[in-house]
Amino acid sequence: MTILEDRPSNPAAGDHDRPIGHGRMQRKEDPRFVRGKGHYVDDIVLPGMLHGAILRAPVAHARLVSIDTTAALAHPGVHAVITGTDLQALGLAWAPTLSMDVQAVLVTDKVRFQGQEVAFVVADDRYAARDALELIQVEYDVLPPVVDARKAMDPGAPVIRDDLEGRTDNHIFDWEAGNKAETDAVFASADVVVKQEIVYPRVHPAPMETCGAVADFDPIDGRLILYETTQAPHAHRTLFAMVSGIPEHKIRVVSPDIGGGFGNKVGIYPGYILAVVGSIVTGKPVKWVEDRSENLMSTSFARDYIMQGEIAATRDGKILALRTNVLADHGAFNATAQPTKYPAGFFHIFTGSYDLAAAHCTVTGVYTNKAPGGVAYACSFRVTEAVYLVERMVDILARKLEMDPAELRLKNFIKKEQFPYPNKTGWEYDSGDYEPTMRLSMKMAGYDELRREQKEKRERGELMGIGISFFTETVGAGPRKDMDILGLGMADGAELRIHPTGKAVVRISVQSQGQGHETTFAQIVAEEIGIPPEDIDVVHGDTDQTPFGLGTYGSRSTPVSGAAVALVARKVREKARFIAAAMLETRPEDLEWEKGRWFVKGDPSVGKTMAEIAMGAHGTVALPEGIDGNLDAEVTYDPPNLTFPFGAYICVVDIDPGTGHVKVRRFIAVDDCGTRINPMIIEGQIHGGLTDGVGMALMEIIEFDAEGNCLGGSLMDYLIPTAMEVPDWETGFTVTPSPHHPIGAKGVGESATVGSPPAVVNAVVDALAPFGVVHMDMPCTPSRVWEAMQGRTRPPV
Amino acid sequence: MQISLTINGTFVTREIEPRVLLVHFIRDDLRLTGTHWGCDTSNCGTCVVLMDGQPVKSCTVLAAMADGHTITTVEGLANGATLDPVQQGFMEEHGLQCGFCTPGMMLTARALLDHNPHPEPLEIREAISGQICRCTGYATIVRSIQWAAEHPLVAAAETTEKEEEVRA
Repeated sequence: MTILEDRPSNPAAGDHDRPIGHGRMQRKEDPRFVRGKGHYVDDIVLPGMLHGAILRAPVAHARLVSIDTTAALAHPGVHAVITGTDLQALGLAWAPTLSMDVQAVLVTDKVRFQGQEVAFVVADDRYAARDALELIQVEYDVLPPVVDARKAMDPGAPVIRDDLEGRTDNHIFDWEAGNKAETDAVFASADVVVKQEIVYPRVHPAPMETCGAVADFDPIDGRLILYETTQAPHAHRTLFAMVSGIPEHKIRVVSPDIGGGFGNKVGIYPGYILAVVGSIVTGKPVKWVEDRSENLMSTSFARDYIMQGEIAATRDGKILALRTNVLADHGAFNATAQPTKYPAGFFHIFTGSYDLAAAHCTVTGVYTNKAPGGVAYACSFRVTEAVYLVERMVDILARKLEMDPAELRLKNFIKKEQFPYPNKTGWEYDSGDYEPTMRLSMKMAGYDELRREQKEKRERGELMGIGISFFTETVGAGPRKDMDILGLGMADGAELRIHPTGKAVVRISVQSQGQGHETTFAQIVAEEIGIPPEDIDVVHGDTDQTPFGLGTYGSRSTPVSGAAVALVARKVREKARFIAAAMLETRPEDLEWEKGRWFVKGDPSVGKTMAEIAMGAHGTVALPEGIDGNLDAEVTYDPPNLTFPFGAYICVVDIDPGTGHVKVRRFIAVDDCGTRINPMIIEGQIHGGLTDGVGMALMEIIEFDAEGNCLGGSLMDYLIPTAMEVPDWETGFTVTPSPHHPIGAKGVGESATVGSPPAVVNAVVDALAPFGVVHMDMPCTPSRVWEAMQGRTRPPV
Repeated sequence: MQISLTINGTFVTREIEPRVLLVHFIRDDLRLTGTHWGCDTSNCGTCVVLMDGQPVKSCTVLAAMADGHTITTVEGLANGATLDPVQQGFMEEHGLQCGFCTPGMMLTARALLDHNPHPEPLEIREAISGQICRCTGYATIVRSIQWAAEHPLVAAAETTEKEEEVRA
């Protein structure tokens, strides 16, 4: 690994010089994980607990004719078999989705995708439950499926959602951003216009831990405790209250250690609801944990965008405008998680890092007979698709203009002095300084030398490619005036208590799935109030113990919850000033702060540490009017804007001309996420995202055959990079703080997942330039690359 | 059927269904939940344990096949309060994030270092190539294992071996 920095960093972002707060420190959560003492949902065993398993549909589209559960019910160890008819009687056959649609919990009328939930068995153990699934007899009347989104709106296409009143087609929504007339005018007069269809195929987050739940309903006091793999425990509690009719104060959602999420654990899946129903029906706790095929075939997929891109420029390489029409495949139910106002998420950041005269995008969402969900896999609400589109289009333009892709980008970047920058689709980029970041990545890569090497290799017939991607993200959703999910504003709360002995607990509403919140948030508090991170416990993932907030996805933990934590710590610090003044018998305005203590201005020897103040607050000292006898505070943070992290990525690939196999030789990633709290954790987030990007670019795809059979339903079919497919990452950073975030931090969790796929594909296409290849769709598998070399490219299905 | 095996130095005998997978036996019967389960197809390696010192995917081994063998799970890596260098290395070099693949990765690393105390980075990558980590991007795992190679706990390792011999 290389860490380079070619300009002075923000003093708040030092790597090692301020160990009390920001800086590299080992994670507080690691000791339990390395001992095998993590506590995941499937590790939970409650007295009398039963096990649930789901029968899933073998076909993509079919009328349900009959279900016979007699033999399953008679199987030893089986306690209950629940069908859609049973749920109908309870009013639970359908549940609202995060996009104001409804989704079947169990099929009542029609199967709408392969793997859909048909029946639920509750038994003594997981083996008995699985055995009983085999004994359920189901008769289906198979219907023609809609598999290709391009054909979903054809006249005569089967209507998938005939459950929705008055529905006569598979259309979900049309959405647009930007100014069409202005954009069309710029295109009409531009020197150069380049068009390309770009498909971002369906992929899957596939966290190593699949989804699961343990539901424990107490029929006497009507209280439900639900242990769940969820990234958003509070939002889930509210939704469960709405769905089940159990009052919200009687529901406790606990999200213990989570084995990776990446967006997969945002939605509410039928399995969670079925575990609850199973517990209510049997009167015992019920565990449900899906297997890998269930995870890949039925839970939130990602992407599935068919994008028609167009870019307009002057002959000398000034980019003028971008426009695109997108066809979005949302599967059988619109269960996408995103702010209500934005059915295509934040796709309208597709203007990227460039200063454009005009831009316009339209997105049409359609139903198909595929698994529902979407906006999963670390995509920052469709920023992944947006960045892929613009970064591919810029490369295609560079080829057309015969310009170096780095030079074209440098020529068109938004300039430092233009920030805060209003783009043409309604965003206000908070801060940026793109050119130094780009130049640092080129310096680390040895860009000119790489181009020389490539030239020599081409002359020898060797296939080497260099791909560049420069991304701008929009993360930290979001201001409540603009953003909500099902009416819940996207704010986050934080509570901080300093105990009498000066140790602290901070309670947060977001939930880590591996991001290291217990460390990062302790560091933020430590930095603000000057007590060591070791003395600060971070409590999360339990709705009974934490303040309300919308959870962790879209890289929002640091931008939103991190801000809440910084502000609550400042509130405590300010309160401490009043208490210290009382203790020192002086005025608050006569005190000055240094890390960890308030002291008398001009007399630093007279002061009180936070521990002394905490004891004072809980002690007998006479407190000023309006100051409670504690050292606690709480806040709810409504972000004024999103944050806009950015980065420059360079990928070097070698392609075997005989097999089409792509080897990622080097990957250079320079990220700017504003103030850096724990550089070790940031690097880890980047590394993981880069691996996702290589996976999507080269290997990962959920495809379907003509009958709607899922072809990516196991890890033998859905390929994920191992240590052999990825290089040793070369990372660097620049620091451009966010002007509106209390500590200047921006989100970083998804930057690399967003930024890396275009770098890899640009490198592959660059390597294939001698074959006249201008574009190829992901994944660039050996067979697809080989076909491209023969002049045949095909979009994925 | 009845099986007997040594797990983390303890000799156990249990009645099991013949079809029970080793991973479920370890997790559900012995309540050692550090061994995880992540796929049904031997691809992910979150279920890796050591059987007679060799990494095996416990989702693809029947508990019955472990009869008479010696199993080490993540709970058996540390020697009391003293962590195995591999465990320490993963903390030092940020070799884990969500922690789900970590037990399997560490056990494979332990087996590698037992046979090859000074592996090259590529040898480390090959050793863990049957296992998937979705969080770390592998570079820090490689570094964690290198850290362990550079900080062997010679005395502690010998003690553990002796204890095992005594128990055997």
